[in-house]
Amino acid sequence: MTPFRYEAPLDTPAAVILGAARGAKYLGGGTNLVDLMHETIARPDSTVAVSRLAGEIADADDGGLIIGAGVKNTAIAADRRVRERFPFLAQAILSGASGQIRNMATVGGNIMQRTRCVYFFDGGASCNKRAPGAGCDAIGGLHRNHAILGASTACVATHPSDMCVALAALGATLTVHGPGGARTLPIVGFHRLPGETPHIETLLQPGELITAVRLPKLPFAKNSAYRKVRDRASYAFALLSVAAAMELDGGRIADVRIAFGGVAHRPWRALKAEAALRDGPATEEAFHAAAAAELADARPLRDNGFKVELANRTLIAVLGQLAGAAG
Amino acid sequence: MHFNVNGRPVDVEADIRTSLLDLLREHLQLFGTKKGCNQGACGACTVLVDGARINSCLALAVQYQNRDVVTIEGVGVPGSLHPLQQAFVDHDGLQCGYCTPGQICSALGMMEEYARGVPSTITGDLAAAAMVLDHDEIRERMSGNLCRCGAYNGIVAAIRQTFADEQAKVLNGPAAR
Repeated sequence: MTPFRYEAPLDTPAAVILGAARGAKYLGGGTNLVDLMHETIARPDSTVAVSRLAGEIADADDGGLIIGAGVKNTAIAADRRVRERFPFLAQAILSGASGQIRNMATVGGNIMQRTRCVYFFDGGASCNKRAPGAGCDAIGGLHRNHAILGASTACVATHPSDMCVALAALGATLTVHGPGGARTLPIVGFHRLPGETPHIETLLQPGELITAVRLPKLPFAKNSAYRKVRDRASYAFALLSVAAAMELDGGRIADVRIAFGGVAHRPWRALKAEAALRDGPATEEAFHAAAAAELADARPLRDNGFKVELANRTLIAVLGQLAGAAG
Repeated sequence: MHFNVNGRPVDVEADIRTSLLDLLREHLQLFGTKKGCNQGACGACTVLVDGARINSCLALAVQYQNRDVVTIEGVGVPGSLHPLQQAFVDHDGLQCGYCTPGQICSALGMMEEYARGVPSTITGDLAAAAMVLDHDEIRERMSGNLCRCGAYNGIVAAIRQTFADEQAKVLNGPAAR
Protein backbone atom coordinates (compact mmCIF):
# COMPACT_ATOMS: atom_id res chain seq x y z
CA MET A 1 0.00 0.00 0.00
CA THR A 2 1.38 3.43 -0.88
CA PRO A 3 1.26 6.15 1.79
CA PHE A 4 -1.81 8.37 1.96
CA ARG A 5 -3.40 10.99 4.16
CA TYR A 6 -6.54 10.00 6.05
CA GLU A 7 -9.35 12.53 6.41
CA ALA A 8 -12.51 12.00 8.43
CA PRO A 9 -14.81 14.96 7.72
CA LEU A 10 -17.80 15.48 9.99
CA ASP A 11 -20.28 16.46 7.29
CA THR A 12 -20.88 16.47 3.53
CA PRO A 13 -19.74 20.07 2.83
CA ALA A 14 -16.42 19.34 4.52
CA ALA A 15 -16.15 16.01 2.68
CA VAL A 16 -16.57 17.50 -0.81
CA ILE A 17 -13.88 20.12 -0.15
CA LEU A 18 -11.46 17.37 0.86
CA GLY A 19 -12.68 15.09 -1.93
CA ALA A 20 -12.00 17.69 -4.59
CA ALA A 21 -8.28 17.69 -3.77
CA ARG A 22 -5.99 16.17 -6.38
CA GLY A 23 -5.46 12.44 -5.77
CA ALA A 24 -8.26 12.19 -3.20
CA LYS A 25 -10.54 9.15 -3.01
CA TYR A 26 -13.72 8.77 -1.02
CA LEU A 27 -13.56 5.78 1.32
CA GLY A 28 -16.77 4.01 2.32
CA GLY A 29 -16.61 0.60 3.97
CA GLY A 30 -13.33 -0.08 2.21
CA THR A 31 -14.24 -3.57 1.00
CA ASN A 32 -13.19 -2.73 -2.56
CA LEU A 33 -10.94 0.32 -2.24
CA VAL A 34 -8.77 -1.08 0.56
CA ASP A 35 -8.36 -4.27 -1.47
CA LEU A 36 -7.26 -2.22 -4.50
CA MET A 37 -4.91 -0.24 -2.27
CA HIS A 38 -3.37 -3.47 -0.95
CA GLU A 39 -2.63 -4.39 -4.58
CA THR A 40 -1.40 -0.81 -5.33
CA ILE A 41 -3.94 -0.64 -8.14
CA ALA A 42 -5.47 2.30 -6.27
CA ARG A 43 -2.82 4.73 -4.99
CA PRO A 44 -4.74 7.67 -3.54
CA ASP A 45 -2.86 10.64 -2.09
CA SER A 46 -5.64 10.95 0.45
CA THR A 47 -8.69 8.98 1.51
CA VAL A 48 -11.76 10.85 2.67
CA ALA A 49 -13.80 8.62 4.98
CA VAL A 50 -17.51 9.08 4.33
CA SER A 51 -18.97 5.84 5.67
CA ARG A 52 -20.28 7.48 8.82
CA LEU A 53 -22.09 10.28 6.93
CA ALA A 54 -25.65 9.91 5.64
CA GLY A 55 -26.55 6.70 7.43
CA GLU A 56 -30.36 6.84 7.49
CA ILE A 57 -33.21 5.32 5.49
CA ALA A 58 -36.12 7.77 5.33
CA ASP A 59 -39.61 7.77 3.83
CA ALA A 60 -39.95 10.12 0.87
CA ASP A 61 -43.04 12.31 0.52
CA ASP A 62 -44.18 10.39 -2.57
CA GLY A 63 -44.13 6.94 -0.93
CA GLY A 64 -40.62 6.11 -2.04
CA LEU A 65 -37.54 5.79 0.14
CA ILE A 66 -34.39 7.86 0.50
CA ILE A 67 -31.35 5.80 1.44
CA GLY A 68 -28.30 7.66 2.73
CA ALA A 69 -25.15 6.70 0.85
CA GLY A 70 -23.45 5.63 4.07
CA VAL A 71 -26.09 3.01 4.92
CA LYS A 72 -24.61 -0.46 5.12
CA ASN A 73 -25.80 -3.08 2.66
CA THR A 74 -27.11 -5.27 5.50
CA ALA A 75 -29.22 -2.42 6.85
CA ILE A 76 -31.05 -1.95 3.53
CA ALA A 77 -31.75 -5.64 3.11
CA ALA A 78 -33.03 -5.84 6.69
CA ASP A 79 -35.27 -2.77 6.40
CA ARG A 80 -38.89 -3.84 6.53
CA ARG A 81 -40.01 -1.11 4.11
CA VAL A 82 -37.48 -2.31 1.53
CA ARG A 83 -38.45 -5.94 2.02
CA GLU A 84 -42.15 -5.24 1.64
CA ARG A 85 -42.13 -2.58 -1.09
CA PHE A 86 -39.00 -3.52 -3.07
CA PRO A 87 -38.31 -7.20 -2.36
CA PHE A 88 -36.00 -7.62 -5.37
CA LEU A 89 -33.68 -4.95 -3.97
CA ALA A 90 -33.33 -6.85 -0.70
CA GLN A 91 -32.81 -10.10 -2.64
CA ALA A 92 -30.18 -8.52 -4.87
CA ILE A 93 -28.21 -7.15 -1.93
CA LEU A 94 -28.43 -10.42 -0.01
CA SER A 95 -27.17 -12.37 -3.02
CA GLY A 96 -24.00 -10.28 -3.16
CA ALA A 97 -20.76 -10.78 -1.24
CA SER A 98 -20.86 -12.30 2.28
CA GLY A 99 -22.45 -11.42 5.60
CA GLN A 100 -19.21 -9.80 6.75
CA ILE A 101 -18.80 -7.68 3.63
CA ARG A 102 -22.45 -6.60 3.62
CA ASN A 103 -21.93 -5.35 7.18
CA MET A 104 -19.03 -3.16 6.01
CA ALA A 105 -20.00 -2.05 2.52
CA THR A 106 -21.99 1.13 2.00
CA VAL A 107 -24.59 1.91 -0.63
CA GLY A 108 -22.40 4.57 -2.21
CA GLY A 109 -19.44 2.23 -2.29
CA ASN A 110 -21.51 -0.54 -3.83
CA ILE A 111 -22.41 1.79 -6.71
CA MET A 112 -18.80 2.99 -7.11
CA GLN A 113 -17.11 -0.42 -6.86
CA ARG A 114 -14.72 -1.38 -9.64
CA THR A 115 -14.89 -4.34 -12.00
CA ARG A 116 -13.51 -7.69 -10.84
CA CYS A 117 -11.92 -8.39 -14.26
CA VAL A 118 -8.79 -10.38 -13.39
CA TYR A 119 -6.66 -8.31 -15.78
CA PHE A 120 -7.71 -5.11 -14.03
CA PHE A 121 -6.47 -6.64 -10.75
CA ASP A 122 -3.22 -7.95 -12.28
CA GLY A 123 -0.65 -5.16 -12.42
CA GLY A 124 1.41 -7.20 -14.89
CA ALA A 125 -1.42 -7.40 -17.45
CA SER A 126 -2.52 -4.86 -20.05
CA CYS A 127 -5.67 -3.01 -19.06
CA ASN A 128 -7.09 0.16 -20.57
CA LYS A 129 -8.84 0.93 -17.29
CA ARG A 130 -5.61 0.99 -15.31
CA ALA A 131 -3.43 2.43 -18.05
CA PRO A 132 -5.43 4.04 -20.89
CA GLY A 133 -4.00 2.97 -24.24
CA ALA A 134 -2.24 -0.11 -22.83
CA GLY A 135 -4.60 -2.56 -24.49
CA CYS A 136 -6.96 -5.21 -23.08
CA ASP A 137 -5.70 -8.67 -22.23
CA ALA A 138 -9.23 -9.90 -21.52
CA ILE A 139 -10.34 -9.77 -25.16
CA GLY A 140 -7.99 -12.57 -26.20
CA GLY A 141 -7.69 -14.07 -22.72
CA LEU A 142 -9.90 -15.38 -19.93
CA HIS A 143 -13.19 -13.63 -20.56
CA ARG A 144 -15.81 -16.18 -19.69
CA ASN A 145 -17.23 -13.74 -17.10
CA HIS A 146 -17.13 -10.70 -19.34
CA ALA A 147 -19.59 -8.50 -21.19
CA ILE A 148 -21.91 -9.49 -24.03
CA LEU A 149 -23.68 -6.15 -24.36
CA GLY A 150 -22.33 -2.63 -24.88
CA ALA A 151 -18.64 -3.57 -24.77
CA SER A 152 -15.92 -2.02 -26.94
CA THR A 153 -12.58 -3.00 -28.44
CA ALA A 154 -10.98 -1.18 -25.50
CA CYS A 155 -12.77 -2.97 -22.64
CA VAL A 156 -15.08 -5.92 -22.07
CA ALA A 157 -15.33 -5.69 -18.27
CA THR A 158 -18.61 -5.96 -16.37
CA HIS A 159 -19.94 -3.97 -13.44
CA PRO A 160 -20.02 -6.43 -10.53
CA SER A 161 -22.85 -5.06 -8.37
CA ASP A 162 -26.04 -6.98 -7.67
CA MET A 163 -27.71 -4.08 -5.87
CA CYS A 164 -27.31 -1.77 -8.86
CA VAL A 165 -29.21 -4.19 -11.10
CA ALA A 166 -32.31 -3.86 -8.92
CA LEU A 167 -31.76 -0.08 -8.66
CA ALA A 168 -31.63 0.15 -12.46
CA ALA A 169 -34.84 -1.82 -12.84
CA LEU A 170 -36.48 0.42 -10.23
CA GLY A 171 -35.30 3.60 -11.95
CA ALA A 172 -33.65 4.91 -8.78
CA THR A 173 -32.00 8.32 -8.76
CA LEU A 174 -28.79 9.41 -7.09
CA THR A 175 -28.20 12.62 -5.19
CA VAL A 176 -24.63 13.80 -5.60
CA HIS A 177 -22.85 16.67 -3.89
CA GLY A 178 -19.78 18.35 -5.28
CA PRO A 179 -17.82 21.56 -5.18
CA GLY A 180 -20.44 23.08 -7.51
CA GLY A 181 -23.44 22.08 -5.38
CA ALA A 182 -25.92 19.23 -5.48
CA ARG A 183 -27.54 17.51 -8.44
CA THR A 184 -29.62 14.45 -9.22
CA LEU A 185 -28.67 11.70 -11.66
CA PRO A 186 -30.65 8.62 -12.73
CA ILE A 187 -28.86 5.35 -11.92
CA VAL A 188 -29.69 4.22 -15.47
CA GLY A 189 -26.86 5.76 -17.46
CA PHE A 190 -24.84 6.74 -14.40
CA HIS A 191 -22.32 4.03 -15.25
CA ARG A 192 -20.84 4.71 -18.69
CA LEU A 193 -20.28 2.20 -21.43
CA PRO A 194 -16.54 1.71 -21.97
CA GLY A 195 -16.14 3.10 -25.50
CA GLU A 196 -12.59 4.38 -25.94
CA THR A 197 -12.37 5.65 -22.34
CA PRO A 198 -13.06 2.69 -20.03
CA HIS A 199 -11.12 4.41 -17.24
CA ILE A 200 -13.96 6.96 -16.96
CA GLU A 201 -16.61 4.78 -15.37
CA THR A 202 -19.40 7.08 -14.19
CA LEU A 203 -20.90 10.53 -14.77
CA LEU A 204 -19.41 11.87 -11.53
CA GLN A 205 -17.22 14.94 -11.92
CA PRO A 206 -14.02 15.26 -9.88
CA GLY A 207 -14.85 15.74 -6.22
CA GLU A 208 -18.49 14.71 -6.54
CA LEU A 209 -19.83 12.36 -3.86
CA ILE A 210 -22.97 10.23 -3.93
CA THR A 211 -24.92 11.19 -0.82
CA ALA A 212 -28.25 9.42 -1.29
CA VAL A 213 -30.19 6.95 -3.41
CA ARG A 214 -33.84 7.71 -3.98
CA LEU A 215 -36.20 4.81 -4.66
CA PRO A 216 -39.32 6.02 -6.46
CA LYS A 217 -42.77 4.89 -5.44
CA LEU A 218 -43.47 1.81 -7.55
CA PRO A 219 -46.34 -0.19 -6.05
CA PHE A 220 -45.99 -3.09 -8.47
CA ALA A 221 -42.40 -3.65 -7.27
CA LYS A 222 -44.10 -5.76 -4.59
CA ASN A 223 -44.23 -8.33 -7.38
CA SER A 224 -40.54 -8.41 -8.17
CA ALA A 225 -37.68 -10.88 -8.18
CA TYR A 226 -33.91 -11.01 -8.47
CA ARG A 227 -32.36 -14.16 -9.85
CA LYS A 228 -28.60 -14.61 -9.90
CA VAL A 229 -26.74 -17.34 -11.77
CA ARG A 230 -23.20 -18.10 -10.62
CA ASP A 231 -20.62 -20.85 -10.52
CA ARG A 232 -21.21 -21.69 -6.86
CA ALA A 233 -24.27 -21.43 -4.69
CA SER A 234 -23.13 -18.47 -2.61
CA TYR A 235 -20.45 -15.81 -2.28
CA ALA A 236 -19.58 -15.48 -5.96
CA PHE A 237 -20.07 -12.74 -8.50
CA ALA A 238 -22.84 -13.20 -11.03
CA LEU A 239 -22.25 -14.83 -14.36
CA LEU A 240 -25.55 -13.22 -15.06
CA SER A 241 -28.52 -11.90 -13.14
CA VAL A 242 -32.01 -10.59 -13.80
CA ALA A 243 -33.99 -8.07 -11.76
CA ALA A 244 -37.60 -7.67 -12.78
CA ALA A 245 -40.92 -6.32 -11.55
CA MET A 246 -44.28 -6.88 -13.20
CA GLU A 247 -47.76 -5.38 -12.96
CA LEU A 248 -50.51 -7.58 -14.31
CA ASP A 249 -54.03 -6.61 -15.30
CA GLY A 250 -55.81 -9.88 -15.91
CA GLY A 251 -53.58 -11.75 -18.34
CA ARG A 252 -52.12 -8.51 -19.69
CA ILE A 253 -48.85 -6.91 -18.65
CA ALA A 254 -49.72 -3.37 -17.59
CA ASP A 255 -46.14 -2.46 -16.73
CA VAL A 256 -42.80 -4.17 -16.37
CA ARG A 257 -39.24 -3.32 -15.36
CA ILE A 258 -36.23 -5.42 -16.29
CA ALA A 259 -32.48 -5.14 -15.83
CA PHE A 260 -29.60 -7.57 -16.37
CA GLY A 261 -26.43 -7.85 -14.30
CA GLY A 262 -23.14 -9.45 -15.30
CA VAL A 263 -23.59 -8.68 -18.98
CA ALA A 264 -22.18 -5.19 -19.43
CA HIS A 265 -20.04 -2.34 -18.12
CA ARG A 266 -23.18 -1.06 -16.42
CA PRO A 267 -26.29 -2.61 -14.90
CA TRP A 268 -28.22 -3.19 -18.13
CA ARG A 269 -31.74 -1.82 -18.16
CA ALA A 270 -33.59 -3.88 -20.75
CA LEU A 271 -35.78 -1.22 -22.34
CA LYS A 272 -36.33 -3.19 -25.54
CA ALA A 273 -37.62 -6.20 -23.64
CA GLU A 274 -39.85 -3.95 -21.55
CA ALA A 275 -41.32 -2.27 -24.64
CA ALA A 276 -41.99 -5.65 -26.22
CA LEU A 277 -43.94 -6.79 -23.14
CA ARG A 278 -45.83 -3.67 -22.09
CA ASP A 279 -49.57 -3.83 -22.85
CA GLY A 280 -49.16 -7.34 -24.20
CA PRO A 281 -50.16 -10.78 -22.95
CA ALA A 282 -48.22 -12.48 -20.15
CA THR A 283 -47.47 -15.59 -22.15
CA GLU A 284 -44.44 -17.76 -22.70
CA GLU A 285 -44.36 -16.65 -26.36
CA ALA A 286 -44.28 -13.00 -25.33
CA PHE A 287 -41.45 -13.67 -22.85
CA HIS A 288 -39.42 -15.37 -25.59
CA ALA A 289 -39.99 -12.47 -27.97
CA ALA A 290 -39.00 -9.92 -25.32
CA ALA A 291 -35.77 -11.73 -24.52
CA ALA A 292 -34.98 -12.01 -28.23
CA ALA A 293 -35.60 -8.29 -28.72
CA GLU A 294 -33.10 -7.37 -26.03
CA LEU A 295 -30.48 -9.98 -26.83
CA ALA A 296 -30.39 -9.30 -30.56
CA ASP A 297 -27.75 -6.71 -29.64
CA ALA A 298 -25.54 -9.22 -27.83
CA ARG A 299 -21.97 -9.55 -29.17
CA PRO A 300 -20.35 -12.36 -27.22
CA LEU A 301 -16.62 -13.02 -27.10
CA ARG A 302 -14.93 -16.35 -27.91
CA ASP A 303 -15.74 -17.97 -24.54
CA ASN A 304 -18.83 -16.25 -23.16
CA GLY A 305 -21.42 -17.03 -25.82
CA PHE A 306 -23.21 -19.19 -23.25
CA LYS A 307 -24.30 -15.99 -21.50
CA VAL A 308 -26.63 -15.10 -24.37
CA GLU A 309 -28.65 -18.27 -23.96
CA LEU A 310 -28.35 -18.02 -20.17
CA ALA A 311 -29.75 -14.48 -20.28
CA ASN A 312 -32.55 -15.65 -22.54
CA ARG A 313 -33.56 -18.55 -20.29
CA THR A 314 -33.13 -16.68 -17.01
CA LEU A 315 -35.25 -13.76 -18.16
CA ILE A 316 -38.00 -16.07 -19.42
CA ALA A 317 -37.96 -17.97 -16.12
CA VAL A 318 -38.17 -14.82 -14.00
CA LEU A 319 -41.00 -13.36 -16.09
CA GLY A 320 -42.86 -16.65 -15.80
CA GLN A 321 -42.37 -16.61 -12.03
CA LEU A 322 -43.72 -13.04 -11.74
CA ALA A 323 -46.68 -13.75 -14.02
CA GLY A 324 -47.52 -16.83 -11.95
CA ALA A 325 -47.14 -15.08 -8.61
CA ALA A 326 -49.46 -12.22 -9.51
CA GLY A 327 -51.86 -14.20 -11.67
CA MET B 1 -5.53 5.31 17.94
CA HIS B 2 -7.89 4.17 20.70
CA PHE B 3 -9.95 0.98 20.69
CA ASN B 4 -11.79 -1.27 23.10
CA VAL B 5 -10.54 -4.77 22.40
CA ASN B 6 -12.14 -7.68 24.24
CA GLY B 7 -13.43 -5.30 26.87
CA ARG B 8 -10.06 -3.64 27.45
CA PRO B 9 -9.21 -0.09 26.38
CA VAL B 10 -6.06 0.04 24.26
CA ASP B 11 -4.07 2.84 22.69
CA VAL B 12 -1.90 1.98 19.72
CA GLU B 13 0.50 3.95 17.59
CA ALA B 14 0.37 2.55 14.09
CA ASP B 15 0.91 3.57 10.49
CA ILE B 16 -2.27 4.87 8.87
CA ARG B 17 -2.08 1.96 6.40
CA THR B 18 -2.45 -0.67 9.13
CA SER B 19 -5.43 -2.97 8.73
CA LEU B 20 -7.47 -3.89 11.77
CA LEU B 21 -6.18 -7.43 11.26
CA ASP B 22 -2.52 -6.37 11.40
CA LEU B 23 -3.26 -4.11 14.34
CA LEU B 24 -4.68 -7.04 16.30
CA ARG B 25 -1.92 -9.45 15.37
CA GLU B 26 1.20 -7.32 15.07
CA HIS B 27 0.53 -4.55 17.58
CA LEU B 28 -1.65 -6.26 20.18
CA GLN B 29 -0.23 -9.79 19.82
CA LEU B 30 -3.70 -11.25 19.50
CA PHE B 31 -2.80 -14.09 17.17
CA GLY B 32 -6.16 -15.87 17.28
CA THR B 33 -7.47 -13.81 14.37
CA LYS B 34 -5.95 -15.31 11.23
CA LYS B 35 -4.68 -13.87 7.97
CA GLY B 36 -5.84 -16.17 5.20
CA CYS B 37 -6.30 -14.45 1.85
CA ASN B 38 -5.98 -10.83 3.05
CA GLN B 39 -8.52 -9.84 0.40
CA GLY B 40 -11.91 -10.55 1.91
CA ALA B 41 -12.44 -13.91 0.24
CA CYS B 42 -11.91 -16.46 3.05
CA GLY B 43 -13.29 -15.04 6.31
CA ALA B 44 -10.40 -16.27 8.51
CA CYS B 45 -9.92 -12.70 9.79
CA THR B 46 -13.53 -12.26 10.93
CA VAL B 47 -13.96 -10.25 14.14
CA LEU B 48 -16.93 -8.53 15.77
CA VAL B 49 -17.10 -4.73 15.85
CA ASP B 50 -19.92 -3.39 18.01
CA GLY B 51 -21.39 -6.90 17.65
CA ALA B 52 -21.31 -6.98 13.84
CA ARG B 53 -19.03 -9.41 12.00
CA ILE B 54 -16.58 -7.89 9.56
CA ASN B 55 -13.46 -8.91 7.64
CA SER B 56 -10.65 -7.24 9.58
CA CYS B 57 -8.27 -7.58 6.60
CA LEU B 58 -10.33 -5.11 4.55
CA ALA B 59 -10.76 -2.72 7.46
CA LEU B 60 -8.31 0.11 7.94
CA ALA B 61 -7.81 0.25 11.70
CA VAL B 62 -8.10 4.02 11.64
CA GLN B 63 -11.73 3.69 10.54
CA TYR B 64 -12.61 1.68 13.64
CA GLN B 65 -11.20 3.95 16.34
CA ASN B 66 -13.17 4.04 19.59
CA ARG B 67 -15.20 0.98 18.61
CA ASP B 68 -15.69 -2.27 20.56
CA VAL B 69 -13.71 -5.06 18.90
CA VAL B 70 -14.13 -8.69 19.96
CA THR B 71 -11.71 -11.37 18.75
CA ILE B 72 -11.68 -15.09 19.47
CA GLU B 73 -9.60 -14.33 22.60
CA GLY B 74 -12.59 -12.37 23.91
CA VAL B 75 -15.09 -15.12 23.12
CA GLY B 76 -13.64 -17.76 25.42
CA VAL B 77 -10.38 -19.15 26.75
CA PRO B 78 -9.22 -22.68 27.63
CA GLY B 79 -11.02 -23.77 30.77
CA SER B 80 -13.80 -21.30 30.08
CA LEU B 81 -14.89 -21.95 26.52
CA HIS B 82 -17.91 -20.31 24.96
CA PRO B 83 -20.60 -22.97 24.34
CA LEU B 84 -20.05 -22.53 20.61
CA GLN B 85 -16.35 -23.28 21.00
CA GLN B 86 -17.16 -26.43 22.97
CA ALA B 87 -19.69 -27.43 20.30
CA PHE B 88 -17.04 -27.08 17.59
CA VAL B 89 -14.92 -29.55 19.58
CA ASP B 90 -17.84 -31.91 20.18
CA HIS B 91 -18.96 -31.95 16.53
CA ASP B 92 -15.53 -32.04 14.88
CA GLY B 93 -16.19 -28.60 13.44
CA LEU B 94 -12.53 -28.29 12.56
CA GLN B 95 -9.51 -30.20 11.37
CA CYS B 96 -6.49 -27.92 11.02
CA GLY B 97 -8.20 -25.13 12.95
CA TYR B 98 -6.91 -22.21 10.89
CA CYS B 99 -10.37 -20.99 9.87
CA THR B 100 -11.96 -21.74 13.26
CA PRO B 101 -11.58 -18.37 15.02
CA GLY B 102 -13.15 -16.69 11.99
CA GLN B 103 -15.89 -19.32 11.81
CA ILE B 104 -16.79 -18.82 15.47
CA CYS B 105 -16.78 -15.02 15.37
CA SER B 106 -18.77 -15.15 12.14
CA ALA B 107 -21.34 -17.53 13.64
CA LEU B 108 -21.79 -15.24 16.66
CA GLY B 109 -22.36 -12.28 14.32
CA MET B 110 -24.64 -14.36 12.14
CA MET B 111 -26.78 -15.29 15.14
CA GLU B 112 -27.07 -11.65 16.14
CA GLU B 113 -28.25 -10.83 12.59
CA TYR B 114 -30.75 -13.69 12.70
CA ALA B 115 -32.08 -12.59 16.10
CA ARG B 116 -32.88 -9.14 14.78
CA GLY B 117 -34.58 -10.53 11.69
CA VAL B 118 -32.03 -10.01 8.91
CA PRO B 119 -33.09 -12.32 6.06
CA SER B 120 -30.79 -14.21 3.68
CA THR B 121 -30.92 -14.63 -0.08
CA ILE B 122 -32.56 -18.04 0.30
CA THR B 123 -35.20 -16.83 2.76
CA GLY B 124 -38.40 -17.53 0.85
CA ASP B 125 -40.73 -14.90 2.27
CA LEU B 126 -38.86 -11.66 2.91
CA ALA B 127 -41.89 -10.14 4.57
CA ALA B 128 -42.15 -12.94 7.16
CA ALA B 129 -41.50 -11.95 10.75
CA ALA B 130 -39.19 -14.85 11.60
CA MET B 131 -37.17 -17.38 9.65
CA VAL B 132 -36.22 -20.96 10.40
CA LEU B 133 -32.46 -21.32 10.72
CA ASP B 134 -32.09 -24.70 9.03
CA HIS B 135 -29.03 -26.33 7.48
CA ASP B 136 -29.32 -24.45 4.19
CA GLU B 137 -29.86 -21.09 5.89
CA ILE B 138 -26.77 -21.61 8.03
CA ARG B 139 -24.67 -22.61 5.02
CA GLU B 140 -25.83 -19.54 3.10
CA ARG B 141 -25.30 -17.16 6.02
CA MET B 142 -21.87 -18.64 6.74
CA SER B 143 -20.71 -18.65 3.11
CA GLY B 144 -18.18 -15.91 3.80
CA ASN B 145 -16.10 -18.39 5.81
CA LEU B 146 -14.19 -20.99 3.85
CA CYS B 147 -12.82 -24.20 5.38
CA ARG B 148 -10.21 -25.87 3.22
CA CYS B 149 -10.46 -29.01 5.35
CA GLY B 150 -14.15 -29.22 4.50
CA ALA B 151 -15.44 -29.46 8.06
CA TYR B 152 -18.68 -27.78 7.06
CA ASN B 153 -21.05 -30.46 8.34
CA GLY B 154 -19.49 -30.31 11.79
CA ILE B 155 -19.51 -26.51 11.73
CA VAL B 156 -23.21 -26.42 10.89
CA ALA B 157 -24.00 -29.04 13.54
CA ALA B 158 -22.11 -27.05 16.17
CA ILE B 159 -23.93 -23.84 15.28
CA ARG B 160 -27.33 -25.55 15.23
CA GLN B 161 -26.82 -27.15 18.60
CA THR B 162 -25.52 -24.00 20.26
CA PHE B 163 -28.23 -21.73 19.01
CA ALA B 164 -31.24 -24.04 19.16
CA ASP B 165 -32.55 -22.22 22.21
CA GLU B 166 -31.95 -18.81 20.68
CA GLN B 167 -33.82 -19.85 17.57
CA ALA B 168 -36.74 -21.17 19.59
CA LYS B 169 -36.98 -17.78 21.27
CA VAL B 170 -37.08 -16.03 17.91
CA LEU B 171 -39.67 -18.38 16.45
CA ASN B 172 -41.93 -18.53 19.50
CA GLY B 173 -41.44 -15.04 20.84
CA PRO B 174 -43.28 -11.86 19.96
CA ALA B 175 -43.35 -11.73 16.17
CA ALA B 176 -42.69 -8.03 15.87
CA ARG B 177 -39.06 -7.68 14.94
